Amino acid sequence: MPSNDALGQTSLEHKTKAKGMKRTWPLHLMLLPAVLIQFVFVYLPLGGLVIAFQDYKPYDGLFHSKWVGLEHFKYMFQYPDIKQVIFNTAFIAALKIIFNIIVPFAFALLLNEVRVNPFKRTVQTLVYLPYFISWVFLGGILNDMLASDGIINTLLHNWFGLNEPILFLGDGNWFRFTVILSDIWQQFGYGTIVYLAALAGINPALYEAAEVDGASRWKQTKHVTIPSLMPIVVVVGTLALGNILNAGFDQIFNLYNPLVYDKGDIIDTFVYRTGILNGQYSLATAVGIFKSIIGFVLIVVGYRIAYKVADYKIF
Amino acid sequence: MYHKTTGYRIFTAFNYLILLAAGLLCIIPIIHILAISFSASAPANAHLVGLWPVDWNTDSYTKTMNNPNFLRAFWISIGRTALGASITLAVIVLGGYALSKDQRVFKSRNFYAWYFVFTMWFSGGIIPLYIVIRNLHLMNTIWSLVLPGAVAVFNMILLMNFFRATPKELEEAAFIDGAGHFSILFRVYLPLAMPALATMTLFTIVGNWNAWFDALLYINDYRNYPLATFLQTVIVQQDFSKLNPDVNELKNISQRTVKAAQIFIGMLPVLLVYPFLQRFFVKGIVLGAVKE
Repeated sequence: MPSNDALGQTSLEHKTKAKGMKRTWPLHLMLLPAVLIQFVFVYLPLGGLVIAFQDYKPYDGLFHSKWVGLEHFKYMFQYPDIKQVIFNTAFIAALKIIFNIIVPFAFALLLNEVRVNPFKRTVQTLVYLPYFISWVFLGGILNDMLASDGIINTLLHNWFGLNEPILFLGDGNWFRFTVILSDIWQQFGYGTIVYLAALAGINPALYEAAEVDGASRWKQTKHVTIPSLMPIVVVVGTLALGNILNAGFDQIFNLYNPLVYDKGDIIDTFVYRTGILNGQYSLATAVGIFKSIIGFVLIVVGYRIAYKVADYKIF
Repeated sequence: MYHKTTGYRIFTAFNYLILLAAGLLCIIPIIHILAISFSASAPANAHLVGLWPVDWNTDSYTKTMNNPNFLRAFWISIGRTALGASITLAVIVLGGYALSKDQRVFKSRNFYAWYFVFTMWFSGGIIPLYIVIRNLHLMNTIWSLVLPGAVAVFNMILLMNFFRATPKELEEAAFIDGAGHFSILFRVYLPLAMPALATMTLFTIVGNWNAWFDALLYINDYRNYPLATFLQTVIVQQDFSKLNPDVNELKNISQRTVKAAQIFIGMLPVLLVYPFLQRFFVKGIVLGAVKE
């Protein structure tokens, strides 16, 4: 009977398929390199966190250094500059987070109005670029352009008659301003991608309906586009919360100098100077743990909010 | 229709201007540094150079290219980038494929997934990592630069999502034809994942080329510095002590036009690969990131 044949065929197919897919050793093998690398360079160092509770001396090593309990954590909070450093970090990071949501959002809305595709693509190519350039090079460029006799101050003098040069990198308040503005400059193009993707996903029927009702483009933006993008804004914003103690080591390290330590020093640069350059390894590790705990708590809170408000999951 | 209203037309005109200005703002600093590098020293030092070279000459490039320290650092960067990017791509392609399998087929999948996700959130920080690298005797070797960050977990997850979006029927058909996981990955999945792969290639190349801090920690001998680290010490920190240069060389390195040339050469590889690979990355990231 033909139907029996067909049945036999299917079960055979199922067998072969199941056999091919059930062999999982190739999958384990594929994961092996990544598992090993992460084990050595992430899981092993986690064991090294114990030095935060020791009086670690490189000569004595991990196993023979003296245990001091929470001494370094206490010391950390008594350190004269630490409050200022934590404040600087949170302050700079918070402003970066806020502007790095608003600016790409606005930029994506503007870009979305462009109907001439080559123009759109060109602008996109140009604005993504700074994201891919190291802060070493950008720092080199900015140090040159923003110097007291640099091109920016020269232009300010020539065009606006400014007599005193602005010390963008030499005055604490201007330094913060420069750091935040240059970070926005570097990041906004790349940040736009997420919103552009979301914009492409809005149901065109909503716009058609709005247009039939006689809504102007601004009204459409206000009542269709912006509400449709809100969930993604919430996700990006809440997930960024975990970075409140990451104010951007790469950037600040390549821009700052002793003149602006009071207003520009952040936890990471502080740890580098006190911990690594001065050899206070245990203290630096303690500060690192403090940072990780705060960051982790905020990530968890962020994910919960993102899940509740915007139904977002990582997997 | 809103397109024809005067208000919208005025808006459109301004919009194009704003967008164009934003685009230019992103490359003007690069053009400026390029213009300085091709200018003569005197106008450059007098800050007379804007976006076009004054007294065109290539002196600064000759000097840079004759600086053995710079050249060595450049080649080390090339090697590091080639090695680092190959390792990362190999590891995340293989890992991303394995993780894209359903848990019903691959029981340990979730264990592995959490094993990697955990490493995104927790790390020992630089000092414990430093101790591990020292105890493994990786100090002063290229491995201390390419291995610690080799598993780009986030990119692996993007690839995993990309693989998951590939129709299951293709995979099943290949299995029936007797293909194993490795040939399915390389002959079915990868050809379809070209945009994602191009994106990851761009990210890993750029990441390795731009990295500078690791070498500052793990490389004791400045002669083994990759270019970004070399320029960080020479141009940003202005620390020439490690190079022990003679007076003449010092004068050359610290010249404004020479600095500009070095910065520009430092950025060049990224500027060169970026335009070719960036057109993929909107597709590469988006398809990976957006789920139904």
